[in-house]
Amino acid sequence: MEKNQNEWNGFVGEDWKNSIDVSGFIDQNYTEYTGDEGFLAPKSQKTTAVWDKCKKLLEKENKKGGCLNVETNILSGITAFKPGYIDKKNEVIVGLQTDAPLKRIVNMYGGTKIALKALEAHGYKLNPEVQKHFIAYRKTHNDGVFDAYTPIIRRARKNGLLTGLPDGYGRGRIIGDYRRIALYGIDRLIEEKQKDQQQNFLDEDNLEENIRLREEVSEQIRALNQIKEMAKSYGYDISRPAKNAQEAIQWSYFGYLAGAKENNGAATSMGRDATFFDIYIERDLKNGTLTEIEAQELVDQFVIKLRLIRHLRTPEYDELFAGDPTWVTESLAGMFDDKHSFVTKSSFRFLHTLENLDPSAEPNLTVLWSKNLPMAFKKYASKISIRTDSIQYEGDDTMRPLYGHDYAISCCVSSMKEGKQMQFFGARCNLAKSLLYAINGGYDEISGMKVIDGVEKIDDEVLDYQKVRKNYSKILKTIAKIYVDANNIIHYMHDKYAYEASQMALHDTHVERLMAFGVAGFSCAADSLSAIKYAKVTPIRNKDNIATDFKIEGEFPKFGNDDSRVDDIAVELIQEFYDCLKQHKLYRNAKATLSLLTITSNVMYGLKTGSTPDGRKAGQAFAPGANPMHGRDCSGALCSLNSVAKIPFANCCQDGVSNTFSIVPSALGHDEKEQISNLVNIIDGYFIQGAQHINVNVLNRELLIDAMNNPYKYPNLTIRVSGYAVNFNKLDRAHQEEVIARTFHEKR
Amino acid sequence: MKKDEGFVTDIETMGLVDGPGMRLVLFLSGCPLRCVYCHNPETWKLSDYTKTLSSQNVLELYNKFKVYYGESGGVTFSGGEPLVQADFVLTCAKLLKQNNIHTALDTSGSVSGDFSNLLDYIDLVILDIKAVEDDEYKKICGKTPENFKKFLTVCQQKNKKLWLRQVIVPNINDDDKHIKSLANYIKNIKNVEKVELLPYHSLAKSKYEKLNIPYRLNSTPDMDKQKCAQLEKKLKQLLNIS
Repeated sequence: MEKNQNEWNGFVGEDWKNSIDVSGFIDQNYTEYTGDEGFLAPKSQKTTAVWDKCKKLLEKENKKGGCLNVETNILSGITAFKPGYIDKKNEVIVGLQTDAPLKRIVNMYGGTKIALKALEAHGYKLNPEVQKHFIAYRKTHNDGVFDAYTPIIRRARKNGLLTGLPDGYGRGRIIGDYRRIALYGIDRLIEEKQKDQQQNFLDEDNLEENIRLREEVSEQIRALNQIKEMAKSYGYDISRPAKNAQEAIQWSYFGYLAGAKENNGAATSMGRDATFFDIYIERDLKNGTLTEIEAQELVDQFVIKLRLIRHLRTPEYDELFAGDPTWVTESLAGMFDDKHSFVTKSSFRFLHTLENLDPSAEPNLTVLWSKNLPMAFKKYASKISIRTDSIQYEGDDTMRPLYGHDYAISCCVSSMKEGKQMQFFGARCNLAKSLLYAINGGYDEISGMKVIDGVEKIDDEVLDYQKVRKNYSKILKTIAKIYVDANNIIHYMHDKYAYEASQMALHDTHVERLMAFGVAGFSCAADSLSAIKYAKVTPIRNKDNIATDFKIEGEFPKFGNDDSRVDDIAVELIQEFYDCLKQHKLYRNAKATLSLLTITSNVMYGLKTGSTPDGRKAGQAFAPGANPMHGRDCSGALCSLNSVAKIPFANCCQDGVSNTFSIVPSALGHDEKEQISNLVNIIDGYFIQGAQHINVNVLNRELLIDAMNNPYKYPNLTIRVSGYAVNFNKLDRAHQEEVIARTFHEKR
Repeated sequence: MKKDEGFVTDIETMGLVDGPGMRLVLFLSGCPLRCVYCHNPETWKLSDYTKTLSSQNVLELYNKFKVYYGESGGVTFSGGEPLVQADFVLTCAKLLKQNNIHTALDTSGSVSGDFSNLLDYIDLVILDIKAVEDDEYKKICGKTPENFKKFLTVCQQKNKKLWLRQVIVPNINDDDKHIKSLANYIKNIKNVEKVELLPYHSLAKSKYEKLNIPYRLNSTPDMDKQKCAQLEKKLKQLLNIS
């Protein structure tokens, strides 16, 4: 009798049975759906019961200042916590991070200081015995990093040239291929990992890597066993493959959940599951063992679980990444090839959760858009966007040639082949401050500290473009080296002290590694260069001869108006910085990638940066991601999109180019039908040009101002900020004001 | 031949209301009318332009955005009154039609001249019916409807597709009687694809102040949008169009 005959009954293909190949399984077994949303079901009674309880808990959490409870006696771990439920008899998908909903985990492996600070900020105290022993016997990632950091990295960090580095908590961004558990069962995965450990003699040319990997694979096997044990505590035996839709979703979720128990990375994304789940749902529907309302119930309840994922954060973290985000990103749709899409009925079911369960920031629903997606799906996604502002779009035709057709988005915009690639998250470097260093000879404009040597101060009365640009190139080269060094150290230590065994266990043993660098202040730097080139910029220097302000006379083109004079400067700048980064050798032979994505840290970066030659005053926020500076993209929405679309993705910003686009409803068309078809056209047009990412908000500025002043009126107001969505009420005032100051494209 | 140069007050690259689909809308300067409710007084004089464009420029501009416009979009000539620059519009429309681009003309039709050649290159005429009665027409825009009527006749002879519009102003034409007479008037027009009633608003007041032009509807409130929508519904019912 063939193994797993029951579980795999009705599935076609053989290759995926012989090796771990979820992608191959999907290709051969999914059913594309090109119809409309007419088939969708409302939420079930069970879901209503569970969600109602959650809503009350979420409200309580909000009232308590954002943190409902913390487990203070036990530290993070896959099997550390007893099973927890929301409403056991009505839950069709089970599993919580701890033994109670919204109760957060203390994770000390990334760094003790930050974990304790977070506890204190929320008014909790760790069990003193646990604390004492952990600190006495366990070295952390944070300790390791600071043992190795160079003096110049410390200076760059201190002055806000590099910010948000994952050197005190989990790096995140790793997506396990959780579907593997459902398709193969844990035992088969362990078997495969054991095969990878059969090597008898070490490879002396790669001694350290070889030993490290052997240790890691053993940890992975241990983690797989723990996932099995954890599932067992909920009454499920996941040693074998899933045999129906409920199990497929439940098994995959256990995999994800293990990662969220073990780690506290900033972004812990889900992957690309809808079409995979759909294969099981379709089989059950055909067998008559599942109804549409039950299928939707499974998806709704899975999504509820993802909405409850929490990590314990410090107030400093919240300043950087506002609104308590977790980036449980779920990638939907995309194309199989040029003609066939991965759109299934379950792609609709996932979007439909925003109707059944109110709009929500999490999971971060991401539509992989292609001009060839079925029109009915495009229209449905646009409709849900217009109604909920909760979806982001990413260009499948831009990414698929580089990542194949089974990649998923991690965090906001980072694409990775599922189970085949992992990422070393590298935070971001401040390009606008770098430009000030080029003018000020490596001195920081706020602290007055000399951060970088070897670059001469520019003493000219009026700034000369060529001269500034030349100095900027020198500075960028040095900064790239500092930045690379910092990340090499961080990820070396993270692997050593806070290895994500459960997530890496759901990858191939030999993975491709990407090191994801990023920049902030992109449009500010481009506009500043444009001002120096096309207008007359006179630095105003303090007594130490550091330019702390600028007098700008005359007009200059600004990024975001589809004006090649400045757009070319912007593209040249980002390409140059990427070229500087990729010169360097990276830890574990990672490949350098780069993103234009700030999340909400554009506010913090701006705060730490002096006045810039584009007229931005000291402390003022940058624009998020690749966005034009607020209010400067004044030639219309499409011009703004065209400028951003020029930023190269392949071999440059291959970790993503984030664009947040806000338009008032009346500018999008008279009625919803018109608005939907126009939004489809806008997204099509943007991505046809090779663009990578767009957040869409269809709302009025007045509504946001009202929500800022009367939060109780808008409990579910969700908006897209930069690569993710947040509940507007969860943002602090500074972030709310920054969102309101952004350009809203209006009818002119 | 006249110089290939158009005078433009503004360009809307994402026009969603002036013609089918998403379009490039050119607002050309110059208008012979002085409608009481005009919300673009800055476009009255031909010399009030902010930019000049050649027909080639217009095509290039269209091409920059054609990925968004898709198959349903195109270019709309609006104003001011685009017929004031009819030669330029003709040159442009010819070039656009050579490139298979949909063209629309958003006009009052109230300009003297022979526009039959131009209309050969226009796919859709968006025509503003200021008023049905002659005296009312004059009261609203300061001119008799003679040119408008001629223009409409040419459109009918050439079988041009029409979108008909009227601005609805409180106490001027916001009652059933007006809607009925408008319906009766439109019933005699063929090729009408769409009728639209636009609610008057006073947002342009500040523009008048800036330009030092007296505002004539100071005591008139904004037209209630819902009421205007009801009137439009009624009009459509009377005309039996959706």
